[in-house]
Amino acid sequence: MANMSPQKNEMPTQAPLVRKNNFAEVALGYTEEQAIDEAKRCLNCKHRPCTAGCPVSVNIPEFIAEVAKGDFEAAYRIISATNSLPAVCGRVCPQENQCEGRCVRGIKGEPVAIGRLERFVADWHNANAEKSVQKPQSNGHKVAVVGSGPSGLACAGDLAKKGYDVTVFEALHTPGGVLVYGIPEFRLPKTIVAKEIDSLKSMGVTIAANTVVGRTVSVDELMSDEGFEAVFIGSGAGLPRFMNIPGENLKGVYSANEYLTRVNLMKAYLPDSQTPIYKAKKVAVVGGGNVAMDAARSALRLGAEEVYIVYRRSMEELPARAEEVEHAKEEGVIFRLLTNPIEINPDENGFVKSMTCVEMELGEPDASGRRKPVVKENSEFELECDCVIMSIGTSPNPLIKSTTAGLETHKWGGIIVEEQTGKTSKDGVYAGGDAVTGAATVILAMGAGKAAAKAIDEYLTQK
Amino acid sequence: MYKIVTKKVLNPYVTLMEIEAPAVARKANPGQFVILRVDESGERIPLTVADYDAVRGTVTVIFQIVGSTTEKLNHKNEGEYISDFVGPLGKATQTSGKKKVAVVGGGVGSAIAYPVAKKFFEQGTEVHAIIGFRTKDLVILEDEFKAHSSRFVLMSDDGSVGKKGLVTDALRELIESGEQYDEVITIGPLIMMKFVCALTKEYGIKTVASMNPIMIDGTGMCGGCRLTVGGEVKFACVDGPEFDGHLIDFDEAMARSSMYKTFERTRHEESCNLFNMEAK
Repeated sequence: MANMSPQKNEMPTQAPLVRKNNFAEVALGYTEEQAIDEAKRCLNCKHRPCTAGCPVSVNIPEFIAEVAKGDFEAAYRIISATNSLPAVCGRVCPQENQCEGRCVRGIKGEPVAIGRLERFVADWHNANAEKSVQKPQSNGHKVAVVGSGPSGLACAGDLAKKGYDVTVFEALHTPGGVLVYGIPEFRLPKTIVAKEIDSLKSMGVTIAANTVVGRTVSVDELMSDEGFEAVFIGSGAGLPRFMNIPGENLKGVYSANEYLTRVNLMKAYLPDSQTPIYKAKKVAVVGGGNVAMDAARSALRLGAEEVYIVYRRSMEELPARAEEVEHAKEEGVIFRLLTNPIEINPDENGFVKSMTCVEMELGEPDASGRRKPVVKENSEFELECDCVIMSIGTSPNPLIKSTTAGLETHKWGGIIVEEQTGKTSKDGVYAGGDAVTGAATVILAMGAGKAAAKAIDEYLTQK
Repeated sequence: MYKIVTKKVLNPYVTLMEIEAPAVARKANPGQFVILRVDESGERIPLTVADYDAVRGTVTVIFQIVGSTTEKLNHKNEGEYISDFVGPLGKATQTSGKKKVAVVGGGVGSAIAYPVAKKFFEQGTEVHAIIGFRTKDLVILEDEFKAHSSRFVLMSDDGSVGKKGLVTDALRELIESGEQYDEVITIGPLIMMKFVCALTKEYGIKTVASMNPIMIDGTGMCGGCRLTVGGEVKFACVDGPEFDGHLIDFDEAMARSSMYKTFERTRHEESCNLFNMEAK
């Protein structure tokens, strides 16, 4: 008998006032009882709209049925057949717009907590299952993957399962891409990322860190000198954008990428870290995406007394996931909406002292369909802060484009691909993730990595 | 892991290390840099390539002991390993098409100026090298510069070696005496480069300055190394590290480079044994 409760089983979390002072994970995960109870909310409906909402096509009703039966390992096998990073996706996917957004139970009440169940299953597997990953039989073909973020790892995982000899090239010293440098520990513990990467390694994937493709080695050299028959480019979104307002290069102004890289990749929050970070008292984060929420909540945890989200539109247009916004609010992040900075002001030592802002109001819809923010006249005011974090997006890194002959890109820098396959203008070269779409989500990047893996397999089989 | 093949103490504050990194050595060119981490918990620091040998598969870096990371690196010995070494990053120096250049280096920056001078010299460009140090004990690479320049001027602040004065004094004298340079390349402390660029601007001589700001990833991702060049924001790691010296906002670069001074001082004191002994 299905559990007809209109509400999801709530996810236990660290209390806001406790967690805002530590970097441990906020959400604690379901117990076995909670997971089984939640799984029973699934009606196992015939047309299973949830599955269509998943970019990597996880067979959702089937894995949930196994959870309801208490066979968590069987559930894991179903998820991992199509998703190479389940513990990650269970934590960072925007389920409300994907699987859960289409769940029948969501019509009257809350949808089934698919994300929380996925996370539970992956964590259960990591804690309990015997490591029995089998290295597939090699098919003798070499494929290079550029970048070890979500798209690269998904592509590598799927190709390795098919027996390809895959090497993933990573510019940084640690693999994981945005999963390690961008998303904070309190949302995605790095041990989980490391475990997912370890399981790829045990399938035979080689990780080559400290290799900047485009500098250390070029895409063409990978193919001509090193024997790779196909290359997947998943190099990410790259360069942070700034607003080009006065004062943006003052001491105490960071891009969100830099701030988060210092905190996450370089562990600047740990007392013995060698990497410095500016411990500010009042922090203004400019932008309203998930990255802005991550930066704001990291600043709180580094001891800031007040942290503002400064966003030029209203709460309705705020692009961050609802849950992240909720968590940020609970922890005390202050939302200064319909506000836009026009100048950052220095103190006598060249550090940030304040930010001059204007108030905005929403006018006619613009090209994005959202109402365009317009400056309110005579609304200038000063927001006191000693640190500003710019979180207004990124643009693609030109390095690979400029060093790969015959690779076509859009004017704005994104690599041009065939949407279904990730095939680029260059034979044998595929691409996906933020390098193609501009800044998007972990799961969309993974979906692109999977699609490219399938296309690469077909390409090399037919060759 | 990357092996330290050679270690040479050039002066009490400056050390040379030749590191085994074949993939980097194959691609390295003057003007480019690497990023290294000494150990698993270390920070990433950029160091400009001082020399490279594709056959031996090694890259040479020369560093000044200024903070805890360079201190830790300096404690490593020949035969030991450092955990990370990535590169070559940034754009290489444009050496082609120049008949006569002046290479102006200061302090440890001379280590970076040296491969540039060498490359110019080996391709047949007339190279005037002007190298300055505070005092005699700090002089590095004197013989190397002599061997790779048609004119070599050594300057010191206190007159204990070479001529007493600043590199700008020597450069002005050469220009005034009628030397005509297609380009001046300057590498050294920001304040020195600022004044070299101010001088060459007077004479309208194209000048390239090599910037070494605070960096993390070195691939353009963090934007920490940004500087203003001709009113535009540039990232030293991908757009540089060399820029038109007449367009660089040096005052801003100097301010930005002091961002973590307090942090660095504390870390240095913590990691310096001498300091710990005194404290006890």
